[in-house]
Amino acid sequence: MRHLLDTESLSRDNAIQILDTAQEMSAVGEREVKKLPALRGRTVVNLFFEDSTRTRISFEAAAKRLSADVINFSAKGSSVSKGESLKDTAQTLEAMSADAVVIRHWASGAPARLATSGWIDAAVINAGDGTHAHPTQALLDAFTMRAHWSQLAGTPSVGGDLAGMRVVIAGDVLHSRVARSNVWLLRTLGAHVTLVAPPTLLPVGVGHWPCEVSYDLDATLDAGVDAIMMLRVQAERMDASFFPSTREYARRWGFDDARLARLDELKLKDTIIMHPGPMNRGLEISSSAADSARSTVLPQVRNGVSVRMAALYLLLSGEMREQATPAPSNAKDNS
Amino acid sequence: MTAASYLIRGASLLGTAAGDLLVRGGIIAAAGENLGPDVVGDATVIDAAGLVALPGLVDLHTHLREPGREDSETVETGTRAAALGGFTAVHAMANSSPVADTAGVVEQVYTLGRESGWVDVRPVGAVTVGLAGKQLAELGAMADSRARVRVFSDDGICVSDPVMMRRALEYVKAFDGVIAQHAQEPRLTEGAQMNEGKVSAVLGLAGWPAVAEESIIARDVLLAQHVGSRLHVCHVSTAGSVEIIRWAKERGINVTAEVTPHHLLLTEELVRSWNPVYKVNPPLRADADVHALRAALADGTIDIVGTDHAPHPSEAKECEWAAAAMGMTGLETALSVVQETMVETGLMSWADVARVTSTAPAAIGQLADQGRPLEVGEPANLVLVDPAARWNVDPAAMATKGRNSPFAGMELPGRVVATFFHGHPTVLDGKLNTPFIHGGN
Repeated sequence: MRHLLDTESLSRDNAIQILDTAQEMSAVGEREVKKLPALRGRTVVNLFFEDSTRTRISFEAAAKRLSADVINFSAKGSSVSKGESLKDTAQTLEAMSADAVVIRHWASGAPARLATSGWIDAAVINAGDGTHAHPTQALLDAFTMRAHWSQLAGTPSVGGDLAGMRVVIAGDVLHSRVARSNVWLLRTLGAHVTLVAPPTLLPVGVGHWPCEVSYDLDATLDAGVDAIMMLRVQAERMDASFFPSTREYARRWGFDDARLARLDELKLKDTIIMHPGPMNRGLEISSSAADSARSTVLPQVRNGVSVRMAALYLLLSGEMREQATPAPSNAKDNS
Repeated sequence: MTAASYLIRGASLLGTAAGDLLVRGGIIAAAGENLGPDVVGDATVIDAAGLVALPGLVDLHTHLREPGREDSETVETGTRAAALGGFTAVHAMANSSPVADTAGVVEQVYTLGRESGWVDVRPVGAVTVGLAGKQLAELGAMADSRARVRVFSDDGICVSDPVMMRRALEYVKAFDGVIAQHAQEPRLTEGAQMNEGKVSAVLGLAGWPAVAEESIIARDVLLAQHVGSRLHVCHVSTAGSVEIIRWAKERGINVTAEVTPHHLLLTEELVRSWNPVYKVNPPLRADADVHALRAALADGTIDIVGTDHAPHPSEAKECEWAAAAMGMTGLETALSVVQETMVETGLMSWADVARVTSTAPAAIGQLADQGRPLEVGEPANLVLVDPAARWNVDPAAMATKGRNSPFAGMELPGRVVATFFHGHPTVLDGKLNTPFIHGGN
């Protein structure tokens, strides 16, 4: 496996290899000298066509802890407004001998295009593309869930998966690359996923996904849940009639104080609350939920560095195992 | 100089009985079995054993890009591609720059076509000024011009305003014109990138719902019925559209419909490759749609195959999916794709192919000397096809400037061996020969 583009085509073997390696990497972050010489002399380019300070500094920290040289290339707007194409940008990076390109792009599929076009030899890591995929986010979420799940079971997390874990993902699924990447990865790791959203914020075709779909957050919580992931909802979606108002959204689909209390009533003492950030406090999540002991928001950020170290290390060291079988759904159909 | 004459020896006429055709003076001068030397004279003999003779193909939907986007295509390069594909007439869509919305522009395109001499070029006139949907273009002036425009379309953009569409349908009755609608409800397709469904959900590309096409077709057939006019539906792409057109035809509404070769063969699954060569308007749909379109073409619900040949420079496709232009080339692959999807599947005979690629589109475009039977006295616009040949599609080897063929790398059946345009071979041995010179070759 040369690139990390999505989770739909990520095998269980590769997913667990990344999570296990991230586990080793997380120990580095707890040492006084937070640095390994693993990627000394290698160049990692953070190519960002869209602003995302959080993701960029997470990748930057990951690469630096592995001793790689890091170049930050903010190409926001250059693709169209300055007339420079993705192809030219890619070939510029190639000429500078980049070993890995971490790409964030507003267009779904841009990382895949970079990886398969022949414009560049570097390993490509998708740091979020349009509304398509955000594989390192899903991996850090899975890493966070696995640590919790194995602790509850009293088993070591290394080598483990999420078999039997009930995960609810609630919010703007339609526009969420985080949801798309989580659904496939969590399926691969054996979790049971339920998506909760207003019908307007679910894609047509969601019925083919390997998960349950509900419009009712309360009923879904009452059925029992081990992890709740709240997705960011942009208030501007209201203007395009995806929902009538932010208040109605928060009442029906937000994780508010009442729902936080409901978890206690249901005796779901070990249920965690996740959010990929940045949060809209008071819209999809209340402050008390975000700041409660159940919240894993900050561990998610910490784990993000470990997971990205693992991805960079495995792709650049060539230690990532080959995929046993290619994902069947990626086959071309010429019929 | 006397016009050259050609004896086409032993061709299978419309895929049935073998016979000879003598082409002389721009017409089929004689026909029969084993025409003797007394009839043949000094005609050049073309051994057509094993070849199928069809009337020259007529495309109702071609983008020649000239004037304005000569980097994408010119009338010269586009009509060379057409001749190589077996065409003897193409309708040049109006979305050039300037738009073909005046008598001056359509006459320019018509004249460029005459000068090139590879096929008849029939300009399509814009329905509205600048394709903007706000004001009717001077349809009558274009109809009365030397280009004698009869087909009007804002193709690329839907005439979405129902009142504008009604007026256009009514107005063209004055000169027996037809409105060729690009059926795409604009609000339902804002930012749309691909068919909305199973694949768009996974890829996170903004969906292009089938209903955006079907709702416009439903509205337009009712408008055509109400005002008693003639509607042509461009590039039908969904099973639901087929049902609406079938319903309209059963009610006697004067509607014709078109399907592109690519919608007969390719599905949305190809978008998973993220290669923008598969980005097209309307988008590639699902497998069930492909099969519904094939069935509809076979049973006559869909009348014709139109290529929607849409060449683009490579930079328009060497980019992110969302930034890429929509469109595919098609002139040089159309007949092969029709053979692959309709003949090899047993859905159609070669006579049916002649109907959907020549006779019916010529009738819709009102081209008197195109799409005619292969009979004595008829104009010698015809094509010889080797149905047993197979070839690998290589866009770099094509005559069109566009390299955006979605069939690149595929092996397709059927090769155009010769094309006769007004009795002159524009293509011989599968290669371009010389153009027809109006007023004497």
